Amino acid sequence: MKFLRTKIDQLKKPFGKGEKWEKFAPAINALDTFLYVPDHVTRKGAHIRDAVDLKRTMITVVIALLPALIYGIYNTGYQYLYQVSGGEVAFMDAFLHGLWKVLPIIVVSYGVGLAIEFAFAVYRGHEVNEGFLVTGMLVPMIMPVDIPLWMVGLSVAFAVLIGKEAFGGTGMNILNPALLARAFAFFAYPTYMSGNKVWVSEASHVDGVSGETILGSLAAGHDIHFSMFDMFSGAIPGSIGETSVLWILVGAGILILTGVGSWRIMLGGVIGAAIMGLLFNLWSANALMSFPWYQHLMIGGFAFGIVFMATDPVSAAQTTRGKWIYGILIGFLCIMIRVFNPAYPEGVMLGILLMNVFAPTIDHYVIEANIKRRKKRLTASRKLKTA
Amino acid sequence: MDYVNLFVRSIFIENMIFAYFLGMCSYLAVSKTVKTAVGLGAAVVFVLAITVPVNYLLDNYLLKPGALSWLDESYKNVDLSFLSFIMFIAVIASMVQLVEMIVEKFAPALYGALGIFLPLIAVNCAILGGSLFMQQKDFGGVGESAIYGVGSGIGWFLAILAIAAIREKITYSNVPAPLRGLGITFIITGLMAIGFMSFMGISL
Repeated sequence: MKFLRTKIDQLKKPFGKGEKWEKFAPAINALDTFLYVPDHVTRKGAHIRDAVDLKRTMITVVIALLPALIYGIYNTGYQYLYQVSGGEVAFMDAFLHGLWKVLPIIVVSYGVGLAIEFAFAVYRGHEVNEGFLVTGMLVPMIMPVDIPLWMVGLSVAFAVLIGKEAFGGTGMNILNPALLARAFAFFAYPTYMSGNKVWVSEASHVDGVSGETILGSLAAGHDIHFSMFDMFSGAIPGSIGETSVLWILVGAGILILTGVGSWRIMLGGVIGAAIMGLLFNLWSANALMSFPWYQHLMIGGFAFGIVFMATDPVSAAQTTRGKWIYGILIGFLCIMIRVFNPAYPEGVMLGILLMNVFAPTIDHYVIEANIKRRKKRLTASRKLKTA
Repeated sequence: MDYVNLFVRSIFIENMIFAYFLGMCSYLAVSKTVKTAVGLGAAVVFVLAITVPVNYLLDNYLLKPGALSWLDESYKNVDLSFLSFIMFIAVIASMVQLVEMIVEKFAPALYGALGIFLPLIAVNCAILGGSLFMQQKDFGGVGESAIYGVGSGIGWFLAILAIAAIREKITYSNVPAPLRGLGITFIITGLMAIGFMSFMGISL
């Protein structure tokens, strides 16, 4: 290890203060801290002190994402081979085919995003932040398999430039960048992002493939031919990472145990969606409304969105009570858009984006109420003293 | 159900800010703090809720081609619709005067904070827009137009409330210098409009 350290120090020399490449110091520092934990210590002022820095937090999220990603890669291959051969599919075959399809999307997402981050860091003279580690992983997982790579690049560039860097970089954005990338692609190229041909790889070239998502066929009034177990384990068509509730729950467990993701938001979302689903079940005016509420929680991107997107600590509500309100409203909106809006079969993405917009408002009023309550308590205690 | 549908449509789907980008000047200028934003938003809701039904009555019993036939059959061919702009504006301006007096009397602090933008509601495009959309949509009664007025006012209120909270949140963000102030506000508005796209196409 010492050898590596001295090597890096040697490499860093021309980037030091007053040296030739001082301007590019943020780029090399980012590589350095990627390998070694920096030994900077806060010297003065009041801070929240924690052994976990931003990078470890982000890496935790990436680890939590991995089970769902690996299953997603397998499922990509499985859906394709199953549709083509119709019989049993060997695990490795499916996994390799999936890898062949998904890996380029991941590479493009990270490549474009990190290039922009590094360029901004060098240009504006601040250190590279690790926020994009998660975003770059989330973007491929919420895209359809067959999306053209340039489209991935373009939406990532839009999300990072307009959604994040314009606000001053990591931790300042108001909308979740990964969701913004997806919304951009969704509204700019609707034919590549919805319909029944995009969810299974190369479905548009193979005849007789039925690659509709469950929500898509529900909206179109078709019958569902997947069992509850398929929905839960994730052997259904859909965006790359969103299908498997099982492995998403594993990720949720990691996030909650490490304290990185807020369980209040997740639970709030589930409660909100369940209540809305139950209400629609009682009403049940059409097929979409009478779709059982517990299955609503399992299909589409609901589980993925509520676990990994809604809990984004930057764009979510930040007060404790605000988190409950925020989560419950996301659940409500998600099911409402699914049922009422014929234009969009899935409502998680737009529900979360809308609540991102209103999260600061929620926080404002929660804090305001808190101040009012404390003031009341103060005046009450003063009265007690004088009396 | 029709009323509910119209109400939800006017708040979310045909939102004055995010669907038509009307009333932008005061939306951009007064959205620095939540407190003033709420004050102006409430004023806009109030003015819209009164001017749209009043203008509906004016339009239907005075201005439209044939609207005067309730006076006498011989007025059947009279068309005063060329007067609609000036009539609508007159109604709006007098309503705004009223609001101004109320605010000055009961909330002098808010009156000071809103400054020139309170009287300028009179030329707020969202408010004239409300009346003109009312004319175009051909509502079936005063009730519908009142619902539309209140709904579009609440839509505008929500928009300015949300952006004010966001702007308070990003006060200390390290926004690139050329984008500070109005630039970043325009970007936020665009991003918020993407969030509001979720309601596009909803039918109740």
